[in-house]
Amino acid sequence: MTNSAPFPVYPHRHLLGIAGLNVPDILCLLDRADEAVALSRQREKKKSVFRGLTQINLFFEASTRTQASFELAGKRLGADVMNMSVASSSVKKGETLIDTAMTLNAMRPDILVIRHQAAGAAALLSQKVGCAVINAGDGAHEHPTQALLDALTIRRAKGRFDGLTVAICGDVLHSRVARSNIILLNTMGAHVRVVGPSTLMPAGIEHMGVDVHTSMETGLKDVDVVMMLRLQRERMAGAFVPSIREYFRHFGLDAQKLSLAKPDALVMHPGPMNRGVEIASEIADGPQSVIEEQVEMGVAARMAVMEALLDPAKNNGGAL
Amino acid sequence: MSVTVSKGTQVYTNGRIVDPSRGIDEVGAVIVEDGVIAAAGADAHNQGAPEGADVYDLRGMTVIPGLVDMRVHIGEPGGEHRETIASASEAAAAGGVTSLVMMPDTNPVIDDVQLVEFIRRTALETAITRILPSAAITKGLDGVEMTEMGILRNAGAVMFTDGRQTIANAAIMRRAMTYARDFGALISHTTQDADLAGNGVMNEGLFASWLGLSGIPREAELLPLERDLRLARLTGCAYHAAKISCAMSADAMRVAKSEGLNVTAGISINHLALNENDIGEYRTFFKLSPPLRSEDDRQAMVSALADGTIDVIISDHDPQDVDTKRLPFAEAADGAVGLESLLAAGLRLVNANQITLATLIAAMSTNPAKRLGLEAGTLGKGAAADFAIVDLDEPWLLKTSDLKSKSKNTSFEDARLTGRVQKTFVAGTCVYSI
Repeated sequence: MTNSAPFPVYPHRHLLGIAGLNVPDILCLLDRADEAVALSRQREKKKSVFRGLTQINLFFEASTRTQASFELAGKRLGADVMNMSVASSSVKKGETLIDTAMTLNAMRPDILVIRHQAAGAAALLSQKVGCAVINAGDGAHEHPTQALLDALTIRRAKGRFDGLTVAICGDVLHSRVARSNIILLNTMGAHVRVVGPSTLMPAGIEHMGVDVHTSMETGLKDVDVVMMLRLQRERMAGAFVPSIREYFRHFGLDAQKLSLAKPDALVMHPGPMNRGVEIASEIADGPQSVIEEQVEMGVAARMAVMEALLDPAKNNGGAL
Repeated sequence: MSVTVSKGTQVYTNGRIVDPSRGIDEVGAVIVEDGVIAAAGADAHNQGAPEGADVYDLRGMTVIPGLVDMRVHIGEPGGEHRETIASASEAAAAGGVTSLVMMPDTNPVIDDVQLVEFIRRTALETAITRILPSAAITKGLDGVEMTEMGILRNAGAVMFTDGRQTIANAAIMRRAMTYARDFGALISHTTQDADLAGNGVMNEGLFASWLGLSGIPREAELLPLERDLRLARLTGCAYHAAKISCAMSADAMRVAKSEGLNVTAGISINHLALNENDIGEYRTFFKLSPPLRSEDDRQAMVSALADGTIDVIISDHDPQDVDTKRLPFAEAADGAVGLESLLAAGLRLVNANQITLATLIAAMSTNPAKRLGLEAGTLGKGAAADFAIVDLDEPWLLKTSDLKSKSKNTSFEDARLTGRVQKTFVAGTCVYSI
């Protein structure tokens, strides 16, 4: 497969968040991702456009799935991929971010993928290095490739965003996935609802372009997409919600609650799932679930982002 | 270097003399004799220069009493790489600040008479402005055990504060306030409820939510403030709310003052000149404590300053170096340097016609001097000749490379300012000249 498809030139140097992207930017990435899906379903899955390029995955927070997805995406494009896991416990938090960045920068990578526990870490890194930076999750701020893969999944199933109603359910307060999705879906013309207990909603949520629901019964009514969020274990027992049992009873997605949504509603989850906490197993594995497809779309979306950022047609050529 | 008293007679003529302590704003002269003000104002102008005096023409310039900054963090002892007493005094002089109160949260903490004496000695030997030590309310700032306020006060501690810490235990706070009252000591307290503030790093609200940063609600400041104001009524203690930041705190102060309590309030210049939007994309030089609030709060604070609810403006000078600031926002230290931008940032409010020049200078000089019981903040006859000559119209750009402070973490980097200190005098001696 040649890289001759007539994609528009992507104007940004980094992907630090969905904020700041416009409709053509997002469509450009989704169109490229569709092509990457086709490639990934062939026997020969590898391109050579990134031959000679170096990608470094710098993960300050452990994430096997996201790291593997970025690694595979880079390898399918032909890049040399290096994984660096920096256990945050072994060093004083944050102290090494700039130092590590400068060290890695000296190795002349072409793409740095960073995940960090602090909001703004990817932006800070991008100011210090000479290559393209992709935010793979920074604190509770953004996780743009997740929103892109979610959008890709939705578009492939529904064919559009305009007029769709998407319910994002659960721990919105701590969720970078929720923020990126709210921005992207609003930009693309979907209606967004957030559903969850108020203790898990950020201040000012009602001004974030969403309808706020504190019960699943009203929140899921007639929606086209149900997007569940992961509830971190340390937040389950008393701190933000009283118990797992209570949470599942009121906010866990089961067949009864899902029946309120449209019959063809998609069920999504960014993973990893807590079965029996935010989602019942029968739903996670049921016919409306596209959770496995989201994983496949993840690799494609990340390939698309990397290709767009390092498109040789760009005037500045990225870091090339 | 140290503070030296000028000899002979100097006359500064044709200046605009602004002295809120006497309600004066008029063209006149300042006559200094052996480091003391002999006269200042139109009268002084009319009486002419005595024989043998050095005469300086200040046409177009304004003379103000030297600023008195009630809240300055210095790294000495324990953090001399950030700021020393000497470097802080250089920065103060450049900002027209002639007296500053140093916070006790050094390493070791200033909770013992020997440390107060160390600060006074070091200041006498190395500082070019007046450095006044404050002492901790509780030993080691642990919020548990009271310090020896009587002895500390006799040694020269001008007020008592736990610096960045809020005393959480109401019983301990009550006892400290009761004890302080007996010695006529001023208690200055920062109020932030540690539990309610949690792991917050900026003002709670929509902006923090979009940035994915944990918020600090305004109520975290208000709850301990309201408690303290109740305790001030109970104990009769002289209480100063060190740095309030939001409209609801100003409302609480307004009520307490209307009840006749012996309470005053301060605010940092940052909270009068900036708001949370200045944080932009995680700019850590705007990470402060209390956090920068909303524009509505900022405007309410300007009104509270204008109506006298807020008495004092502080620089809240807090030197931090690259190691503590060049980090992701949530992990960076709080604080910004401010001595050198204090007056110019305040003049923004004057130039925008939000407060008068007299209100500004009173809040930066006369009022804090009065609250601390200092013979400063005035150009009255017999006062030490601590004053600054200011060009209120000079436009300038604040460049970090020009800062005298050892640390460069200013919230006003590359800011365009109008009004600049030209010369600063302590005891009649020029300690800064542009």
